[in-house]
Amino acid sequence: MLHFEDFHEGRVFPLGPRTVSAEEIIEFAREFDPQPMHLSEKAGKASILGGLAASGWHTSALQMRMIVDSYIGNSTCQGAPGVDVMDWKKPVLAGDTLSGKGLVLEARPLKSRPGIGLVRMRTELENQRGETVCVAEQVIMFAMRAKGEDAA
Amino acid sequence: MRLAELYPVGTRVETGTLEFLAEDIIRYAEKFDPQPFHMDAEAAKSYVFGALCASGWHTCAGWMKMLLAHFADEFPRLAQQGLQPPKLGPSPGFRKLQWLRPVYAGDRITYSVTLTDTRELASRPGTWLNSTLNEGVNQNGETVLRFESSVLDFA
Repeated sequence: MLHFEDFHEGRVFPLGPRTVSAEEIIEFAREFDPQPMHLSEKAGKASILGGLAASGWHTSALQMRMIVDSYIGNSTCQGAPGVDVMDWKKPVLAGDTLSGKGLVLEARPLKSRPGIGLVRMRTELENQRGETVCVAEQVIMFAMRAKGEDAA
Repeated sequence: MRLAELYPVGTRVETGTLEFLAEDIIRYAEKFDPQPFHMDAEAAKSYVFGALCASGWHTCAGWMKMLLAHFADEFPRLAQQGLQPPKLGPSPGFRKLQWLRPVYAGDRITYSVTLTDTRELASRPGTWLNSTLNEGVNQNGETVLRFESSVLDFA
């Protein structure tokens, strides 16, 4: 189980790979972002995105899932106060395979809540062509080890 | 027409209200954010949040959903008046996103957009970059979500 103390500056967590299907792009878009380029290949091709493309909010959601599968799912995560930067640099197109990494930029104890620390992460995802599609900087809260608890 | 002609800079526009049902919170979390406090009301009690609450990404997606629902009502109305609705393009991302309070099951979030700046791209005349401040407020008047984003406008 990863605690706050395990997120030292410079530590890298691998993310993915995760292939994104046309069906899931359309399913997400129907519920949250029903714009033509997220709903059909034809409309996507006609747009500046160049094909059926995931909503940026879908890309961010997939990034979250890859983070949960990589390190948050086995951690003392207590939620997140926010995201300073999210750049959707390239469209995520149907059939793309995303992979990437989460890098610990900074870790510090939270003064207002003893036993909880803030970890600032930089997250980068790229597609199968090696193009960066998404870069984010976000802060995540983790509980610290109780005194006397063994290191993971 | 450009977005700035429809919504002058500085005008807060409420786009709609979305209720976060427990089943929707769990359905979203199962796909994208499977953490105990987004999936299981009982387990959530032992976390800082104290009760089942939506993934922050779900609250963001709700903002997009209500923006488009708002446009779906507005744009035909403009067309009826003989006005050409703004042609909006993709967004390059967002900044300074804050999840200020949890969104609990049953909460009703009212979303808004405020245009804060609009400028023509030097590299692409006729294309405008709009900056917006976006918020979500719960039924108690507490702001739960705030972020700054931008969207292209092909005038």
